[in-house]
Amino acid sequence: MLAIRNLNVHYGGIHALRGIDIDVPDGRIISLIGANGAGKSTTLKSVMGLVPKSDGHVYWDDTEITSMRTKDIVGEGIILCPEGRRIFPDLTVDENIAAGAYLRKDKAEIARDRDWVYELFPRIAERTWQLGATLSGGEQQMLAVARSLMSKPKLLMLDEPSLGLAPLVIKDIFAVIQKIKEDGVNILLIEQNAKAALEISDYAYVMETGVITMAGPGKALLNDERVQQAYLGE
Amino acid sequence: MDIRLNKKTKSALSVAAIALFLILVYIGDMNIPAGSSWKMLITVIEKGSIYALVAASMNLLNGFTGLFSLGQAGFMLIGAYTYAIFTIPAESHDKVYQYFDGGVIKWSIVEILEAKMGIFGHYLGMFIPMLGAGLIVAVIAFLIGIPVLRLKSDYLAIATLGFAEILRAFFQWNTLGPVTNGSNVLRKYTTYDNAVFPVIIGGICIAIILLLINSTYGRAFRAIRDDEIAAEAMGINLFKHKQMSFIISSFFAGISGALLAMFQTTINATPFNTVMTYEILLIVVIGGIGSITGSIIGAFLFTAASEWWLRGLDAGRWLGIQADFMRPGFRKVVFAILIMLIVLFYSQGIMGTREFSWDGFFSWWKNLPANLKAWPSRHKAKAAAKREARAVKAAAKAKAREAKASNEARKASGEALFTPLPVSDTVMVFDKEGR
Repeated sequence: MLAIRNLNVHYGGIHALRGIDIDVPDGRIISLIGANGAGKSTTLKSVMGLVPKSDGHVYWDDTEITSMRTKDIVGEGIILCPEGRRIFPDLTVDENIAAGAYLRKDKAEIARDRDWVYELFPRIAERTWQLGATLSGGEQQMLAVARSLMSKPKLLMLDEPSLGLAPLVIKDIFAVIQKIKEDGVNILLIEQNAKAALEISDYAYVMETGVITMAGPGKALLNDERVQQAYLGE
Repeated sequence: MDIRLNKKTKSALSVAAIALFLILVYIGDMNIPAGSSWKMLITVIEKGSIYALVAASMNLLNGFTGLFSLGQAGFMLIGAYTYAIFTIPAESHDKVYQYFDGGVIKWSIVEILEAKMGIFGHYLGMFIPMLGAGLIVAVIAFLIGIPVLRLKSDYLAIATLGFAEILRAFFQWNTLGPVTNGSNVLRKYTTYDNAVFPVIIGGICIAIILLLINSTYGRAFRAIRDDEIAAEAMGINLFKHKQMSFIISSFFAGISGALLAMFQTTINATPFNTVMTYEILLIVVIGGIGSITGSIIGAFLFTAASEWWLRGLDAGRWLGIQADFMRPGFRKVVFAILIMLIVLFYSQGIMGTREFSWDGFFSWWKNLPANLKAWPSRHKAKAAAKREARAVKAAAKAKAREAKASNEARKASGEALFTPLPVSDTVMVFDKEGR
């Protein structure tokens, strides 16, 4: 499991994260919801070592990964699927998928995982030869998730997988996220689309200007009046 | 403390400053004796003005439209030849075109107009071929632009560089000898007689470039530079505007070529090679890509350095240092190192994307004492920040090492690294202030 304790991040003079505590236990989907600029993406980036932490600890099972380098963190089995998809536009779908297994050496296992991700996303399995740039937005997001899975992560962190997608496509992707969890990958999900995220989450945290303001089971938060007013527009 | 002047004062200041500069240059060129080392200053002002114009034209293309083109020397070459060919006096043709029976064009526009209109005709006769030089270059740029401007970034640079080299070879072609004098020099053509001439022409052209940049078209150019797709979505015709920028930039390169011909008094195609293009690119980078003011400052600094201050590097003696490695060409080595240093540590150049303004100038001047006073403490603060950053880095390293050790230790002892957070079935609300 992943444990974030008292995480602090400064951007120049701005105190972007002010003591964040989050747990991502095994076999769960945990989501982090909040408005623009609350610090959700910063949390994920600092866990990955992409943004320097000014204070706090990050633990991964019995290892402290606070000051590890990004590539070593990926090696530990944590992967970030970045916001805005970031697929390689001039590589084919198959090459994009292969790029996700960059740090791995086990050829047979890689082939098995490739079959696994194509099974999860049949839509992109039909387009293995197509260039990344020619996919639709939804397909690109699927490809981005599939590529992340190729590093064989134990924890998948998703940054806004629903960004700019049609409701029907969002539904597809969230269904697959649940399937991925059932295949034994822990998931930390960041979303603006609070409703979709809370529906599939076992547990969730609400973030506001750099601090966690609420926490609870996804269903409980979904029914909470304050969450509904602030994030669900009801 | 920022100073804001009204428009009238600013215009008056500009006019006064320009007039004063022109008068100083005029008087200076008239009165400094030929042997004086201050004559170098006049040379720098002449060549600097010409390079400022061509650098501004390159900046229009590279800095403001985002088209990385390296054809400037080729366009200057056409401009220089066009001007020279039409202003060689009739009686000198036999001498200049001695291998080509005096050439095909046996007259000079300057002479024809001077005979009819006197001194006014003389200058009109210089002006017309200069404008013609710009226009011919613009037409050639239009033709080259049709295939080349469909390319992007590096490919555009390679293609324009190639075209410039082709032009250079073309002008040295013997078959064209009756017009271009083949690989021989063109000389004896009419030149200006006071350094104030290139300053005025260069100044007017740069003013036109500045007006263009601040117009609707200039905004369109900058929009294309920032995001082609967004620009196209706003209704900007990409190809048309790219071509416009390319043609206008080449037009001014042609005019600066004509001025360079006058400055040098003899021309030949050989020096209009890639080295010249790189010199201009160096000026643009030193000054700041996207700042016309920067290009002007860069041009004068570059010419002063290469013609004057760093001369000694090629002659074996510089600042009292005498060394064997300072032989012809060493200056180029120093410039190459300089451009690397600038790109590595000071990629903004002198001006970045800022332009000169009287408000900015006076504010800078007024704040200068305070800034100078604060300089030591700011320097100290910077040094302290650096030290602190180094300490933080070292601490992080130590922390990582410590963490690794404690990881191992805890793993061995079987002690838990952390205690899981409390979980509840209902919603928990935390203090907004955090810890």
